[in-house]
Amino acid sequence: MSYFGDIASATKTLISGMKITGRYFFVNFFTRKEIITVEYPDNIDTLKMFDRFRGEIVMYHDENNQHRCDACTMCEIACPNGSIEIIWDKAINEETGKPKKFLEEHIYHLEMCTMCGLCIEACPADAIMWGQNFHHATQDRSHLTKSLNQPGSSFIPGYKNPKK
Amino acid sequence: MTANKTIITDFLVDQMQMPVDIAFWVEIVVVAAVYLGVFALLGLFLVWMERRAAAFFQQRLGPNRRGPAGLFQTIADALKLVSKEITGTEKRDKFLYTIAPYFVIVTALMALAVLPFSQELQAFDINLGVFFITSVSSVAVIGIFLAGWASNNKFSLLGGMRSGIQMISYELSIGMVIVAMTVLTGTLQLSEIISFQQEHGWSIWSGHIPAIIGFMIFMIAGTAESNRTPFDLVEAESELGSGYHSEYSGMNFAYYFLAEFVNMFIISAMVVILFFGGWLSPFGITDGIPYVGVFWFVFKTLGVVMLMMWFRWTFPRFRIDQLLTLEWKYLIPISMVNIVFMALVVWLGLTF
Amino acid sequence: MGNQQFLADKIRTQEYHLNMGPQHPATHGVMRMVLKLDGEEIRDVEPVMGYIHRSIEKMSEHITYKQIIHLTDRLDYLSSHQNNEAVALLVEKATGIEVNDRIKVIRTIMSELSRIASHQLWWAVMGMDTGALTTFFYGFRDRELINDIFEETCGSRLTMNYSVIGGVRYDLHENFVKRVKDFIVHFRKKLPEYDQLLSNNVIFRKRTEGIGILTKEQVIAFGMNGPTARASGFVCDIRKKIPYSAYDRVHFEEIMATEGDAFARYKVRILEMWESMRIIEQLIDDIPEGEFKVKTKAVIKLPAGEHLQRVETARGDFGVYAISDGKKNPFRLKFRSPSFANMHGLNKMSEGTKIADLVVNFSTIDVVVPDIDR
Repeated sequence: MSYFGDIASATKTLISGMKITGRYFFVNFFTRKEIITVEYPDNIDTLKMFDRFRGEIVMYHDENNQHRCDACTMCEIACPNGSIEIIWDKAINEETGKPKKFLEEHIYHLEMCTMCGLCIEACPADAIMWGQNFHHATQDRSHLTKSLNQPGSSFIPGYKNPKK
Repeated sequence: MTANKTIITDFLVDQMQMPVDIAFWVEIVVVAAVYLGVFALLGLFLVWMERRAAAFFQQRLGPNRRGPAGLFQTIADALKLVSKEITGTEKRDKFLYTIAPYFVIVTALMALAVLPFSQELQAFDINLGVFFITSVSSVAVIGIFLAGWASNNKFSLLGGMRSGIQMISYELSIGMVIVAMTVLTGTLQLSEIISFQQEHGWSIWSGHIPAIIGFMIFMIAGTAESNRTPFDLVEAESELGSGYHSEYSGMNFAYYFLAEFVNMFIISAMVVILFFGGWLSPFGITDGIPYVGVFWFVFKTLGVVMLMMWFRWTFPRFRIDQLLTLEWKYLIPISMVNIVFMALVVWLGLTF
Repeated sequence: MGNQQFLADKIRTQEYHLNMGPQHPATHGVMRMVLKLDGEEIRDVEPVMGYIHRSIEKMSEHITYKQIIHLTDRLDYLSSHQNNEAVALLVEKATGIEVNDRIKVIRTIMSELSRIASHQLWWAVMGMDTGALTTFFYGFRDRELINDIFEETCGSRLTMNYSVIGGVRYDLHENFVKRVKDFIVHFRKKLPEYDQLLSNNVIFRKRTEGIGILTKEQVIAFGMNGPTARASGFVCDIRKKIPYSAYDRVHFEEIMATEGDAFARYKVRILEMWESMRIIEQLIDDIPEGEFKVKTKAVIKLPAGEHLQRVETARGDFGVYAISDGKKNPFRLKFRSPSFANMHGLNKMSEGTKIADLVVNFSTIDVVVPDIDR
């Protein structure tokens, strides 16, 4: 009889669904084995992002507080959003006696950045790279405008990009 | 009405030398205050339980920060709701909008009053107990309906309309199951129902097949009565935002929220009283000890509550016409036949 | 019947309008639907778009082809890889850049992983729209594994920006093959759970079967495509019709259904997940060796004229149409987004159904609102 047949088959499907959720419930109730979430702020010490994770753009500085950026502005040109501004000046190179560009400030507007990575690809000297930090929330938008070169840093003298 | 001999009146009259009439009124106030407190805590506990259970169903941890296993989380939430501003739509019907939550909360509280937590612990043992609970809790629909109407919001209105249809339909099958069980136990008084079960075994055992059918219908209709998934059309988050209480904030919203959970508790308590022997312990192991019944009653009720939560976190929602099809095409005919079946079983003495 | 007629004459009902959205849980973003209702019955649905319009097409006219790719992530963010691939393929085709087999295979695997991820999210949300909240977490549980694969190789979970002109941005991570294989083993176990939990559920079946029926003719007339159209029997899989990347060397079936109702659309997507896994399994074992990116010119200019590239995203036929005047940026770029086309069917689907059915229908055409508005 289809009236009672309907009821029986309907009940069967409902129970098969309840089996799935019920299994997870009891496993989690007794052992917490099937928990898939992480307790984020608690695991901050052990949290390891993937190597290629795109959190922000940082500039490489070596132990002498020297960077590789010679202010060629390739990244500024490559950026589709205008997130990068490079302030540079020219100074006379003592060895050659010719005027040479040097970096005054590498300004990075994190609030405009879409993490497309074109600047990093464009950089001929590998001066900028991905940073893994993703704690960007701040109270003030101005905190998101960052200066990538550290204060007092200078260009590695005579650094030549191996790619060039 | 004269004062019954209870512990509190005894204490007040004998120890405090209080006149009997005053002691009677003092007792009422004390009991009401205790029930109010228990009610609030119960609601908060059930909210916590729901969130925790939902989390485990969904492979999450749920609230676990405030207090042991997050037990104080809902208290913190309640405090937040108390501190919130009560807002509403500009062109709402102010009077109805304001009183609507009280219909829901007061009826939920009234129904709680007659529940027998144990042999000794029952505030109000009315001889129409089951009838009282069903009739009082069906008033709650007015609160929901008014909220939908008075909010002056079309989503709320749709939610209110749906609640009217749903509650009125499902009350029928709940009533019929109660009739069937009354045929078995021969009484409407809650304490009598339990003492019948003390003699003959739990109704689900002594009434066997018709009682099991009745239990299933009662679970379905009870879930619908308390507006929970798969029957949460009244709120239907993905369709109506949050339905009838879209426009409520602060404590007014909290009343609806708490009432939903207390109603769920009451429905589960009804299931336990009608089918699983109320405060009776399994095989009568602790029936002699006073007040242990409270444990069994709450334990069993929370078990049924758990079942309703299991439904909620597994099933999709019905559509309004399917909801009515289920009621009028399946539940009502089956529960009608079930009454006759139960009557036959009782008449032929086939009960255990 | 006579009684009903009597009632209809005596009781005057009034149609009313209901604004569903722009902020509404069922609209999957900022989408507004103006409903004309009679009680709960829908008389008319008018989707109002444009709440999340960001003028990506116009922006694209001012930036180079390399830079356009990162904007396509933001169209249909669940099929971001396929969108990237479309622009990359367009430029490669127009400028005659030949990519090697490795790149093609990597792109195909990534596309199929995106498709599974997108369908998983759709399934999660579909359950939620019908009221089964738990599906949301189960869907995301499995999607998380794919996102991890993406993050490890591409650096990003959602807006991958992985396909670039002439290849892919990075080489595959060393864990990639293992992770993908683990995922497939895991997901082959979990996908039947989806069926038990939702597909077989009697309530869900009643909610979806026979709801929102579209015939093949209607589907074609509305320009719909992707799984939504295939559920009505319209053969429209770009992967089969105009194979790109490595789709010409894998065996897979174009999942079809003929019912055209909400459940058919549901079924097609569930089966597509199986089929995507099959495609990945064919490719994952022997990814050819080679460069992951071929050398291209620093400044890419498209030859003057019209260029078109179509790919099959998780939602359907995504087309990029560029008019170039020989400069390094396009004169005009048009994205033919599947969500926008599929949206047109909603009105026809919802005729005479209830509000609850509208939510189901909207869910089964699986639109991504930023893809509609662009």
